Parts: sequence; structure tokens; C-alpha cells
Amino acid sequence: MTRGIERPSPEQLLKQVEAEGRYQSRGKLKIFLGYASGVGKSFRMLDEGRRRKERGEDVVVAAVQPSLPLEVEDLLRGFEVIPVRTDLGVPVVDVPAIQRRRPGVCLIDGLAYDNPPQAKNAHRWQDVEELLHAGISVSTTVNLQYVKEHQKQVEAIRGKVVRESVPEAFIRTADEIEIVDAPPEYCVTISLQRDGRTIDAGELARQLSELREIALLLAAEVVDRQLEDYLRRRGIEQHYGTHERILVCVTPRSNASLMIQRGRRQADRFHGELHVVYVEQDELSPDDRRTLARNLLYAREARAHVQVVHGDDPVGAILRFAGQHGITQIFVGHSQRTGWLDRLRPNPVERLILDAEGIDVRVFPQEEPGRE
Amino acid sequence: MSEDSSPGAGQERRPRGRLKIFLGYAAGVGKTYKMLEEGRQLMTNGRDVAVGYFEPHGRKATIEKTEGMEIVPRRKLEYRGGTFEEMDTEAILARRPEICLVDEFAHTNVPGSGREKRWEDVMALLDAGIDVFTTMNIQHLESLNDQMGEITGIQVRETVPDWVIKMADEMVLVDLPPQALLNRLLRGVVYAPEKARQALENFFKEPTLAALREIAMRQTAHEVDIRQSEPAVAVLAPEPMQDSRPERILIHISEAPSTAALVRRGRRVADYLKADCFAVCVLPSADLSQIPAAVREPVERHLDFARKLHIETRILEGKDVARTLVDFARRNGVTQIFLAKPAKRALPFLAKRDYVMKVVRLATDMQVTVVAS
Repeated sequence: MTRGIERPSPEQLLKQVEAEGRYQSRGKLKIFLGYASGVGKSFRMLDEGRRRKERGEDVVVAAVQPSLPLEVEDLLRGFEVIPVRTDLGVPVVDVPAIQRRRPGVCLIDGLAYDNPPQAKNAHRWQDVEELLHAGISVSTTVNLQYVKEHQKQVEAIRGKVVRESVPEAFIRTADEIEIVDAPPEYCVTISLQRDGRTIDAGELARQLSELREIALLLAAEVVDRQLEDYLRRRGIEQHYGTHERILVCVTPRSNASLMIQRGRRQADRFHGELHVVYVEQDELSPDDRRTLARNLLYAREARAHVQVVHGDDPVGAILRFAGQHGITQIFVGHSQRTGWLDRLRPNPVERLILDAEGIDVRVFPQEEPGRE
Repeated sequence: MSEDSSPGAGQERRPRGRLKIFLGYAAGVGKTYKMLEEGRQLMTNGRDVAVGYFEPHGRKATIEKTEGMEIVPRRKLEYRGGTFEEMDTEAILARRPEICLVDEFAHTNVPGSGREKRWEDVMALLDAGIDVFTTMNIQHLESLNDQMGEITGIQVRETVPDWVIKMADEMVLVDLPPQALLNRLLRGVVYAPEKARQALENFFKEPTLAALREIAMRQTAHEVDIRQSEPAVAVLAPEPMQDSRPERILIHISEAPSTAALVRRGRRVADYLKADCFAVCVLPSADLSQIPAAVREPVERHLDFARKLHIETRILEGKDVARTLVDFARRNGVTQIFLAKPAKRALPFLAKRDYVMKVVRLATDMQVTVVAS
């Protein structure tokens, strides 16, 4: 990426103005994300809708779940409702009716519905997209199990397959996301009733807590993107270190597999990111080239973001990369050079330690520890 | 319910109370409101609930939530000519509700209150078999202290050690998007106008709030993770490890001011890696009276701090800090040494003489983490 004090071209400015215009005219999307039924998503959404209404906003309800807890029913009474149409036994949000009514905010409880085959939009989230496009803001609820990219994981945990889904990319477009969190015991009873299957309550609680963790991390990811967008829009170059980003530096000689494995483990435990870089410098011997190729392959297998960086100054290149990517920890192999010059000058590892501002440096043994 | 007014005597012994923490990322997200709401719900279900401490902050909706709830009166204390109010722990113990709601877990009591920290008061309630609901913000977690200082520009003094949080049976995240929080602030829901204006200029900036929020979400995910029992059937088989030795982390304690940050960081990494963690300092003599006060005092303070975070500590005698440290690490099967970053030198070759660099050179059979200050 190039950076500098270039003035934006007229085309760029026009694009920016258009983007800003789109942003202004588009309705705002707010998503209440929960990890299971019964955490109180509907309540939170309607409660917030009620408060907005009290403050003078024009709020209507355009869809509610088929069965509602008592306190949600109570809340609902205070709202104007545009009822769903029923097509082929499927509840469909009445987009034309909402567009005619043109409320400021429209509450749609349950984002993950499929519309019947002949409907204009195949999915309810596309109906929502249409409303947003028409300048109507939407508040909606979604359960983690319907987020497409997490469905496999949720199925593996819950052993239950759901048909409907919402792409994560759509969730990420939300202007606001709010996680509705509650300890699993709140949902155990409801889940037991809904599932109608025999499952040990303890096992169910455990499954739910896994889902809860995934939902929290998904929300954290969305917030992270929003933060990055915010900073980018304003041209602020700052990293908040909100999560661990580990950078493993490999050379043909380093014990890369151990470093990458440790990096992976650390990244997983901290729910962080793993990057691997190699700084291309000298001509490599065929042997070194093979080792390096193996190391980089290993890095890709470990789901690391792999990058080869060029430069005569490896330490500088690593630190630049670290700065650009908000790295919080650098993993590096022990330096083996022990020439006379090194007694005077800091070796690369030492320079890295001295020059890495705000980044932890973890130095690894070159060889496998002998006393395994 | 027992009619007895003195704790202990004549009362049925209860199992230790359960602790539930309502975690937020800033003032005004609705922690207290949520805690009171749950307390009320339980009261409606016939449970014996009392409010042990409640900080109204003049927030109308929150105050309304306490209507009809029993609030144990605060205790008044005189300190340096001022009158302070603190939670009356002894009165709560005497009253012995089933569930007690205690606002502001990280609060530091005014001297003379009996216990230094509110979390210590809460421990006493739990010991007496009272379930406690409490509230705290993510900034108050000890191991995040340095990071929080960087993000917010404010060094938080009231912290809760991570092990205390770990003891909690449950943690619930109370979430609110930053924009909504800022709106609340502007409407004067959170603070009085003057304070709100100050808050908006300092702490309450959108990116700051977003960063804190993300960290609170990740922390809650971590808390959920460590409380999970192992699945009956492994869902995803973990990859076999090349080196599956459990990590053992050794933190080097010195008189350097950066040691506190180092200890926090080491503790946090150890917690996440489920590693053993201990801390040592190396002094020329194990007899502390031989050590000049300028070194002894900060070292003792840092050792004490490590112990407060439940890290086992030891004093090693040795003239050569690096060699003593590495030898000790080797003998004790340490996999990773944590050191504070050396100060920058005007002449780079002088860095060579720094003990940190020497440890890096000597500890060729283990990992050395140099923590940024």
C-alpha cells in the first residue's frame, strides 16, 4: 500500500461523496445477536424500540416470533404492528406495506427466515436489505445457529441441523451489533422444550456455553472491523491491541515448525491472529530453499497469514510489517552468529528487542530442546 | 430463615455462596440496571434478595429498579475530617439474605473500613453462604491494567486480581453499542451535564469505547471458555503437538518500575496457556537487610504484588543475574522466561552488557519473552 500526502483525485473525492451520500440515505441496521433461544433477544430489541418510541421516534413492529414469553407480549402491546403475510404457510415480512407506511425504524424479530419459492427475495435478510436501501432503519434479532459460516460448528456441537441461514457478511454490515448475553441456565429449559429430545441438562448447558463463546467472539470480530473501519475512514493510524496478533519470523535455519505451532496455540488460546513472514535477503542454497518452502507450507497449514517480505534490512522489514499489522508479539529464532563483529554490534535479535516499540519479543531456541 | 443476628452461631451452615459478575466496558452501559432487574426477578420468584450496596449516580431508571427492594443501610465512616459511606458488610452478614446485590466490585474502601477492597467484603459474604451479584468494568481487571492505560490514557488504580474473577461462578456481559452509550451520555442519563461534558472530551470517544467493548467481549468469551467442562465426545480433535510439554513461565522481578507490567503480562499469558507461573528476583545477598533500600523496597513491593496475583515467588542469591536466573530456570524445567525490556542506550554496543541480552544469549534451550514496557 502506498501512503503519503497525495491529494485525492477528483474521482476519489466523488467516490467518497457518493459513499457518504449512500451512508446518509441508507437506513441503519441494528442486530441483536444471541447464542440460543431464550437469552432475551426479542425482549431487548422491543425494549429498546419502546425507549426510542418514547423519545419520539417513529417505530413499528414488522415481525414477531410465533411464540412469545409473557413479558415480550406485554411489551408488544405498546407498538403499531404491520402484520406479516402468510404465503404457503410461511410468514413473510410485508415489505410493500412497510414502504407505504415509511416508519423511521422497523423492528423485525427473527432475521433468519426463508421466504417461499415465488417470493421476490429468497431470504428475509434480503427483505431487510431492501428496507435499508429505501432509507428505513431496521432492528432485528438473530440466533448464532443461523449465521451461515458458523453453522457447521454449531451443528457439530448441537447435533442439530437448521435449514435457514444468514451470511456472516450481512451481519458484518450492521451499523450496530449488540450481543445479548446470559448464562446458559436461562436457555436450558427453553432449549429442552424446543428440542423435544432427551439430553442431559448438564450436557446441554455445556453445549450452550460453547455456543456462547462463539457468539461473543463473533461479536468481538464485528466490533473489531467496525473499529478498523472507523479509524480508516478518519485516516487514523493506531492499533489498540484489542486482540493478540502474533508474528512468527522464519528463516531457513529457524526451528519454524515449533515456533509456528506455539504461535498457533497462543493465537488460539487468545482467539488472536497468526502471521508468518520471511524476509527475502540473500541467495539461498537449494537446501535452504527447500527448507524454507517446507516451513511456509507448514505455516499455511497452520492457518497463518503468510507473507514474504523483501528488503536488505530484515529487522527493519519485520518491524515495519509489525507496525502495519498491529502485531502484539514477535516470535523469532535465536541468532547463531558469533563473529567478532557481533561482540560489538547488537545482533538482529538484539536489535529487534531494542527497537520493537510496544511489542513483546519471544526468542526461541534454534534447535529442539534436548531434554524432551 | 434464621432469626439469629450474629453470623455463625446457631445458624445452619450454608455451602459457599455463588458469585455472579455483570461485566461492562464503561460506565452507563447498564450493568447495575441489569443486576437489579435480575435481582427483582428472583425476588418475584420468592427468593430472599437484599441490596448490599447500590450506587445510584442519580440515574432515574436505575433508582426506580430498587423500589420495593430491601437496601441494607450503608455504614458511615469518618476519615481525615470527611464522612464516607461504605457497604456495611457486618450488617449484611447479620441479615444473611440468600442473594445480595453489590455494586462496584473493584471499589477501594476508605481506610478504617475493616477490609481494604470491596471484593474482599464480597468474599466474606460468599464465605457466609450468601450468593452475590456484582458489577464491574473491564478496565478494572488487573492483568489488563497496562493495556487499558494505553487505550484510555487513564491509569486505573482500583483493580481486581484475575484470580478473584476466575473464582466467579458466572460472568455476564452487559453490552451496548458505543453510539447508544454516547447518546445516553448526551441525554444526561449517565452523568450530570458538567461531568458528562468532561467524560465526552476524555474517556468517551468512539474508538476508545469500541476497543474496550471488543476487549470485554473477548474477556467474557475467555471466562466462558475456562468454565466449560470438557465435552463428553471431542467435537474437533486437537492437532497433535510437536512439543506438548506444559508451559512453565518464570517471571524475573527487579527493582525496575516496568516490573509491575511484566508481572501482569506474565500472569495473563500463563492463565491463557494454562501454564504454571512463578516469579524470582536475583539479589547479591538473600539477606534483605544487606540490600540498599533503593533496590530492596521496590523489589519487595513487586514480590508482594506478584503474590497478590497468586504467583509463587522466591529470592535467589547471585552476583550474576542472568546466569543465576537461567540456571534456576533450567533446574526447574522452565519453558519460558519473562523479562522486562532493557532501556535504550545511546551507544548500541553497550546494550550487549545488559543482563536481558545476556539471558537471551545464555538461555539457548528455552524461550525468552522480552515484554514491551
